[in-house]
Amino acid sequence: MNVRRRWFACLLAALMSTAAALDMGAPLADPAQQALYDRLTKEVRCLVCQNQPIGDSSAPLAADLRREIHEMVAAGQSEREIKQFLTDRYGDFVLYKPRYGGPAALLWLAPALLLLFGGAVIWRVVRRRAAMPVDLDDDTGPPAAD
Amino acid sequence: MNRFIVPIIGFAILVGFFAIGLNLDPTFVPSPLIGKTMPTFSLPRLGEPDQTVGSDDMLGRFTVLNVWATWCGGCRQEHPVLNRIAEQGDVPIYGLNWKDDAALATDWLRRLGNPYTATAFDEEGRVAIDWGVYGAPETFLIAPDGTILYRHISPMTMDVWKNEFLARIAAARGGS
Repeated sequence: MNVRRRWFACLLAALMSTAAALDMGAPLADPAQQALYDRLTKEVRCLVCQNQPIGDSSAPLAADLRREIHEMVAAGQSEREIKQFLTDRYGDFVLYKPRYGGPAALLWLAPALLLLFGGAVIWRVVRRRAAMPVDLDDDTGPPAAD
Repeated sequence: MNRFIVPIIGFAILVGFFAIGLNLDPTFVPSPLIGKTMPTFSLPRLGEPDQTVGSDDMLGRFTVLNVWATWCGGCRQEHPVLNRIAEQGDVPIYGLNWKDDAALATDWLRRLGNPYTATAFDEEGRVAIDWGVYGAPETFLIAPDGTILYRHISPMTMDVWKNEFLARIAAARGGS
């Protein structure tokens, strides 16, 4: 019931966000800071509507987190410090792009491991087939007319 | 026979992954604060804005911090349970009134009963961010030394109270 209610709230929020522009805070004087702020609001997950970044979500928590990040960027904090601030409170899940390390290392290494595994399988199959004697009797062409 | 073994094993592994993955609740986000010292705060007290209530008041005994708001349906649902827990009187409940209207919140406590030893009024939601709150109601269990032992998300029930909160308090008391 709780999940369904949350979905409904997210749906409503999504509909409303098309009507009303989000308060993204005053533009920052330093273009580099503005770029950092823009990037972070796209990379930080809104935990209320989990498939929206906070820059897209009209949930009140997303607005609070935008304000918080806006203040931290304006105070000259680095991307690393701000991400640390967020993950200390909400865990790695708050970042769309998980950081390397810990259990997330498996996530990052999985594509390479799967590629190696697939390559090994193909290599074995190809070698086994190459070692097979060529069967000259297995004539799949049309029977010779005589 | 032999050529079927590999696909069958692969299928079994997939089924295992799905069995676990599809039964997880994607809206549940574990708190990185469990086992850490609670974030310090000091906020105006709901109903008595000239007084403050904060993390210092919660030290020295097992306490509970309940995040609630009048706009939150689950909070209304759990409110009778909180009243019962407060009546039992074993563990003081502190409230964190999150992004709410002070008049509405005061009225809510007058009408539904006030289970809280004190309620901190977090109008801007800054303390809630420090606590990693993302959806009311949330209820934290805090040890006498200020360590966060557990967080429950979604409305409190007597079962959760007994099995998750009181059991942890008993375990912590027995262990020390």
